[in-house]
Amino acid sequence: MKYDIVFAGVGGQGIVSAAAMVVTQTGKLGLNSKQNEVHGMAQRGGAVVCFVRLSDGEIHSDIIPKGAGDYILATEPMEALRYVDYLSPEGVVITSNRPIKNIAYPDEAKILSALAERCKTVVVDANALVDELKNERMINVAMVGALCAALDLDNLKEGIIADVEKRFAKKGEKVIELNRRAFAFGEAAVG
Amino acid sequence: MTAHTMTLLGDEAVAMAAIHAGISGSYAYPGTPATEIQEAIQKYAATYPDCGITNAWSINEKVAMEEAVGASMLGLRALVNMKHVGLNVAADPFMNAAVTGCAGGMVIAVADDPSMHSSQNEQDSRYFSDFAQIPCFEPHTQQQAYDMTRQAFALSERLEIPVMMRLTTRISHTRAKVEFAATEERKTLTIPTDFNRWTLLPSNARPQYEKLLGKQSELVKAAEASAFNELTLTPGARLGIVVAGLGFNSFMENYAEGGLECSFLRIGQYPLPESKVRELITASEEILVIEEGYPFIERMLPAYLAKAGKLVPVHGKLDGTLPRSGELNADNVRTALGLAPRKACAPASDDLVRTRPPALCRGCPHDDTYKALKAACEGKESERLVFSDIGCYTLGFYPPFEAIHSCLCMGASVSMAKAAGEQGLPYAIAVLGDSTFDHSGITPLAEGIARGTPFTTIILDNSTTGMTGGQETIVGEAALEKLVLGLGIDRAHLRVITPLPKNHEENTRVLREELEYRGPSVVIAKRKCVQIR
Repeated sequence: MKYDIVFAGVGGQGIVSAAAMVVTQTGKLGLNSKQNEVHGMAQRGGAVVCFVRLSDGEIHSDIIPKGAGDYILATEPMEALRYVDYLSPEGVVITSNRPIKNIAYPDEAKILSALAERCKTVVVDANALVDELKNERMINVAMVGALCAALDLDNLKEGIIADVEKRFAKKGEKVIELNRRAFAFGEAAVG
Repeated sequence: MTAHTMTLLGDEAVAMAAIHAGISGSYAYPGTPATEIQEAIQKYAATYPDCGITNAWSINEKVAMEEAVGASMLGLRALVNMKHVGLNVAADPFMNAAVTGCAGGMVIAVADDPSMHSSQNEQDSRYFSDFAQIPCFEPHTQQQAYDMTRQAFALSERLEIPVMMRLTTRISHTRAKVEFAATEERKTLTIPTDFNRWTLLPSNARPQYEKLLGKQSELVKAAEASAFNELTLTPGARLGIVVAGLGFNSFMENYAEGGLECSFLRIGQYPLPESKVRELITASEEILVIEEGYPFIERMLPAYLAKAGKLVPVHGKLDGTLPRSGELNADNVRTALGLAPRKACAPASDDLVRTRPPALCRGCPHDDTYKALKAACEGKESERLVFSDIGCYTLGFYPPFEAIHSCLCMGASVSMAKAAGEQGLPYAIAVLGDSTFDHSGITPLAEGIARGTPFTTIILDNSTTGMTGGQETIVGEAALEKLVLGLGIDRAHLRVITPLPKNHEENTRVLREELEYRGPSVVIAKRKCVQIR
């Protein structure tokens, strides 16, 4: 088996942390992985992409070949559309519907319909999530929740939740609960 | 995972290998994609304070390289790390350290940035290793980054020669599992006695240079025997491929699908293994070179073909089979291999997708300084130029600021503004950060002050190296003012402002006054980076 996943978003949305959350756990499940990250200039509010490749066999290229991607996981809809040519014909887009308008931004409804026309698309209603949690910074966690629901990997979800609990233990139960709710929200979107 | 296995960035793998090789010091200036090497060593040293590894940032790459030579001269192992353009800054000690040779193993890890993700060019450091006539390792996995660094120290010490580790962005910034090997003891400080080799007077340099030349055949022998240079011959295959470094991953991604008949020589250690290259040529009717960066091997091949007496066609970056610029990937290598493209879900995005360039953070002090500078220049637009430099503030080029007109290399803002002021540009302005000023701005400012040139240097003192993730500034805060005063600036024309929206009017006035002054002036815009608050 293999999963090639393009993590896409805007600098500051926690794309690299989201990818790291997944890869740390898949490593524990015994899968091989390569995670290519963005550092330096691109982190400052620019488009950020992170390639994650998981496999029980050998992984060669660090960048996912175009047409080989199984998933695009995007915390921002335009960033999902930016990478559609990386998806295989059977590939799936899982995207937030909440745009980040730090540039001249086209009609966001058009972006979502362009995605749906092109690929199998699952929308996570991040607008509703932000309303519900009163927190902008949980979208990446919700997207990871959605991905866990989509991937057929035993114990991935449990591992990630345990990791979050450990990582935010110092910040208190409130923060952990926010993470849990965001994760469950994303999970429910995929069903 | 066992205790001896970790998931690491390529940068971190180099760092761990250097630690396990028993280094006494690691010397570096931050720069993407190399920064995480030194940071990994610093993290380790913070966890194990007794490790005794010197790990503070150096003021620039030239100093870092010289520091490593200093440690090596004492018989201690040293790592130097930097981004590719940093090696330009360090080129002087780098070239000459090849001539002195080293005592303790000395490894220079340089991270190239093909595609210019975070750089102003995509120069290929293999040329520098060839230029200095030192060996170079080029990994294609994080495991190799570790293994090669370990071997690089051993080779460096055995042949008394500095060794380069050439990394590229995707090696540096990809995480994968790495297995560790047994650690080595640190070397003990040994005062050398052979001062001839360390003192490059012409009379000493000549025999040292002969020694360096004498090592070359040993280096070829080492490359010949290296498992990192692996020849796979396929009987009857027409196509022979020389594939170096990270290019191997893009090649294998396609080759592993099956159906491609070729022989291939994987290169991971330079100089080129001559007999293996010859063997590949002998077995093939056509050669393709796949390498990340410049057509380095490709340019060398004609000499090998001539030696083999077999002039087969060579394809690669010179004939357009592969793109001359940018990174290799499985897709452009696939095209070069003559394979049909994979079917994608949908074509590349359309006009709904806009470029999203990086931008200054919300609340960034540079934002306020640029606003004040723009206001101070109002009405003078046709008589002013703003020379900028390498750092977050280079993003002031983009709207809404459009505040700067140049960015060449570390420190060039000051030199260029000084030259412009001298040539008669009424308002010559340099804008650079505190860390960049420390790195390469001090010397041109000293020159400009000594010459009395009319120009204004604005030091954006945010107390950190922001773009690379917030490393300490070496001479900052109060010491920065003392330093500038020490260079001889008139006290009345060293001004300090606090870039905040509420100070806009006042800051504009101060800048306007200094722009009008017909001598050298310095304005320090001092406010901490919002990322380190």
